[in-house]
Amino acid sequence: MTSNSVLNVVDVSKSFRGLRALSGVSFTLRQGEIFGLIGPNGAGKTTLFNVISGFLKPDSGRVGFLGKDLVRLKPHEICKMGLARTFQIVKPFSHLSILENVAVGCFNATNDIQEAEERAWEVLRFVGLEKKALSPAMSTTTPDRKRLELARALASQPQLLLLDEVMAGLNPTEQMQIVGLVREVREKGITLLVIEHSMRVIMGLCDRIVVLNHGECIAEGEPRAICSDKDVIEAYLGKGNTFVRD
Amino acid sequence: MSQPTLATSYLKRGLSRQTWIITGIILVLLHLLPWAIPQIVHIVIMIYLFATMGQAWNVLGGYTGQFSFGHSLFFGLGAYVSTLLYLKLGITPWIGILISSLSGIALGLFIGALSFRYGLKGPFFALIMLAFAEIFHMITMGWNAVGGSPGLLIPLKGNAPHLMQFTSKQPFYYMALWMMVGSLYLVWRLEKTRTGLYFLSVREDHDAAEALGVDTFKVQMIAMAISAGLTAMIGTIYAQYLLFIDPDSTFGILNSVEIMVRPIIGGPGTVLGPLLGSVVLTPLAEITRLAFQSYSGVYLMWYGMILVIVIMFLPHGLMGMIRQIIDKYRKG
Repeated sequence: MTSNSVLNVVDVSKSFRGLRALSGVSFTLRQGEIFGLIGPNGAGKTTLFNVISGFLKPDSGRVGFLGKDLVRLKPHEICKMGLARTFQIVKPFSHLSILENVAVGCFNATNDIQEAEERAWEVLRFVGLEKKALSPAMSTTTPDRKRLELARALASQPQLLLLDEVMAGLNPTEQMQIVGLVREVREKGITLLVIEHSMRVIMGLCDRIVVLNHGECIAEGEPRAICSDKDVIEAYLGKGNTFVRD
Repeated sequence: MSQPTLATSYLKRGLSRQTWIITGIILVLLHLLPWAIPQIVHIVIMIYLFATMGQAWNVLGGYTGQFSFGHSLFFGLGAYVSTLLYLKLGITPWIGILISSLSGIALGLFIGALSFRYGLKGPFFALIMLAFAEIFHMITMGWNAVGGSPGLLIPLKGNAPHLMQFTSKQPFYYMALWMMVGSLYLVWRLEKTRTGLYFLSVREDHDAAEALGVDTFKVQMIAMAISAGLTAMIGTIYAQYLLFIDPDSTFGILNSVEIMVRPIIGGPGTVLGPLLGSVVLTPLAEITRLAFQSYSGVYLMWYGMILVIVIMFLPHGLMGMIRQIIDKYRKG
């Protein structure tokens, strides 16, 4: 384990009534990298996110964040330590304004309402939602909801950010805008763990990738290496195929 | 929308000077009301008491999203605790009201710990509250040491301010008025604080709130404590006002409905909703009760009808309707 590791997932397993969602998953995130988590549908990606962020307790294994064990902690305690997440199915506070949505996140780091508001505007400008800040969250479009999800998580001032398919359901232009944002987030020194389905996005964005299939890590490494990995191609396309890059 | 400057705050609370002056004038007029129109003092006291309880319910139900179907539990507890303390131990209700409030908070936190620990919400929490209210209803019905089903009579001592007994209605009017204004101010301030925003976030989405660092358990416990403590205080005032309590009129399920129907019709999750609901419903209930004396329960049919109409056409209550009108007026 290197000294600059941010997140250590060690041998995590989780079953739902006999169905093994995760078995012996291990990997390490280094400070300041964008780490991709990919795999076919039902591979256990979101389950792993729920385990890391405290929504699920693993059956065995350890999740270490900046040297502390997260397994016994509740989600809000984990957020307080500087680990924020987004949800695949966006969960805006529908009846609150976008500004208030983000302010809830800001209060994670400050008690002062003035400071929270200033910080909220800052984050909204960063993700490009400042013009819609005062309209209720339920009146926004899907791309804006994805941005809001990202903004709220950022507002809690995390050191590690888990993004669960923030680009799903967006068109390529919108995707590239979010990719740009994610890169800027990294520039601020925040480490990122990203679940994404679009290969084009993930290959261009991530420094390293881990591939899950049926709850097991089948490959880990740089995007280029992953593309040509035999097990990965098999998991995605079945036996006897070759992965064709566009 | 123009780029807002940081000088204008959208999260903080502030009223224009004009609004403060109007509020001040209304308050002064309300203080003069018992001298001007003494005939309606009783109804206005009831409006205030139910508006305050509605506000208490609103903190938990409207803001935090935990619909309580048994708020008569705290009301009855408040009424019984102070009355029994006075009757059995001779403790003045002025101290009794504090002990009532504290026991309301304690019971609220106990039920909260039971339910929120396991993430109970929606109909399940509503039923837990209903069950506890019924438990206390049954206990007070059957246990003669606390009056049994005939209830408890507080002996009349004439004008005895130290025992919270007055021969005129005016002192109760001012107590009820200040409780109502106090609860209104408290919730109005709370709405734009960190805690107030946390209440709303828990109502809107439990998981998302938790993921953003909101201790949802603690937030719900705070809402429960405020709600229970305030409702119990009104229970004591009500008992001292009528000088008679019985299980049905305190712990009864109808009383729970009375408490929750006002904020729901007025607009749950709004500061003025409970007051507005109470202003509309309380006189209506009292008048129909007088008009149809021989048919008890007719006012409940009115509630039912109004509730159906409001839910069908005004999902955000009367406050929602007023807000729509204001928006239209501003645009047009």
